Amino acid sequence: MDRTTHNESLRRREISLQALFLSGLKGNQADYGSFLRELGTHLRGFLRARLQRQPDEIEDLLQEILLAVHNGRHTYQSDQPLTAWVFAIARYKLADFYRSRSRHDGLTDSIDDADELFAEPCLEPAQASRDLDKLLEELPDKQRLPIRHVKLDGLSVAQTAQLTGLSESAVKIGVHRGLKALAAMIRGKS
Amino acid sequence: MNTDDLVSMLARGVEPVDPKVIAKRFSLAILIGGVGALLVILLRFGVRPDLADVAATPIFWVKIAFPLSLMVGALLMVTRLARPGMSAGGGKLWVTLGVAAIWVGTLYGLAVAPADERVAMVLGTTWKVCAVSITLLSIPGFIAVFWALRGLAPTQPKLAGACGGLLASSLATLAYCLHCPEMAIPFWGIWYLLGMLVPTLVGAAMGTRWLRW
Repeated sequence: MDRTTHNESLRRREISLQALFLSGLKGNQADYGSFLRELGTHLRGFLRARLQRQPDEIEDLLQEILLAVHNGRHTYQSDQPLTAWVFAIARYKLADFYRSRSRHDGLTDSIDDADELFAEPCLEPAQASRDLDKLLEELPDKQRLPIRHVKLDGLSVAQTAQLTGLSESAVKIGVHRGLKALAAMIRGKS
Repeated sequence: MNTDDLVSMLARGVEPVDPKVIAKRFSLAILIGGVGALLVILLRFGVRPDLADVAATPIFWVKIAFPLSLMVGALLMVTRLARPGMSAGGGKLWVTLGVAAIWVGTLYGLAVAPADERVAMVLGTTWKVCAVSITLLSIPGFIAVFWALRGLAPTQPKLAGACGGLLASSLATLAYCLHCPEMAIPFWGIWYLLGMLVPTLVGAAMGTRWLRW
């Protein structure tokens, strides 16, 4: 493909993804979902190219990165290229993955080009070997219940507060800390 | 849970994000570090009795300017390094200039001093306690800054930890200036710098362990 058209399409993708993400940061659930879904396909393509020898790990690592993007979404600054921000998170998690597997070939693998992130989207999900539902069950009640009611059953914060006897701010904090704890559990188990 | 379900879960009921969250976390950390060090100075070390007089001399403000420039530099760097994909940025310049200036002053001060006074200039009367005091005064700020960083997403944990340690220790040094009687630039160039270096190195060493996410 012609280099300028290629750059142009990367730029357009950056702009459309950023618009969805910024809207999500304001609390727009539909846009945020579209952002994560689209980002997921790009990340899957990126990881597939990176982890040719560990195809079984792709979906697990993808989920870990999406969770990290979500847990770190408050660190994005709107004047920063979204690609660079996402790529830094993906690279950090990928480096962590290589380190935990201590794969020497992985460490010599250079991951420097942020453009690669959006090169080839991949739409077919594989089976994740790690079961996040099971890990969620291990969380303490004050995190597990808010996540179950708000994030899985789709209840409002107010309804969840009523149901669990927690205050509304405790429900929000429970969701936030629970998802961070989930990321920490994944890290501990990989 | 498959990835589609995870995405749905993450998006469902997503709360708006406070765009000032980094500024707020670091403001709080600086407040805790500054007030903490100030309280220890007021309650344990004591403010130097001639502070009002000495504050009227320019050299006192030169002394303040040294840790202040390092603090500004460390703050600029650490708030950038708390975000994925950001380099340390222009804060390096403040730190480099601060250290370079104090070293020029140190070398010049020693060069023009009579040979038999040089050792006294470097050691002052408090060299044994200076670096240790600054390190101890850094502890409240160190804990607060690491708390701030742990809620963010540094992708270069060693560097972020070092900048966090420097932020805490430069704050501590600012407070220590209210107590410390030493007024020779070579003293600051060695012992103040050493006092700030220790928490910076501890921060770098602990960064890889404490700032994982």
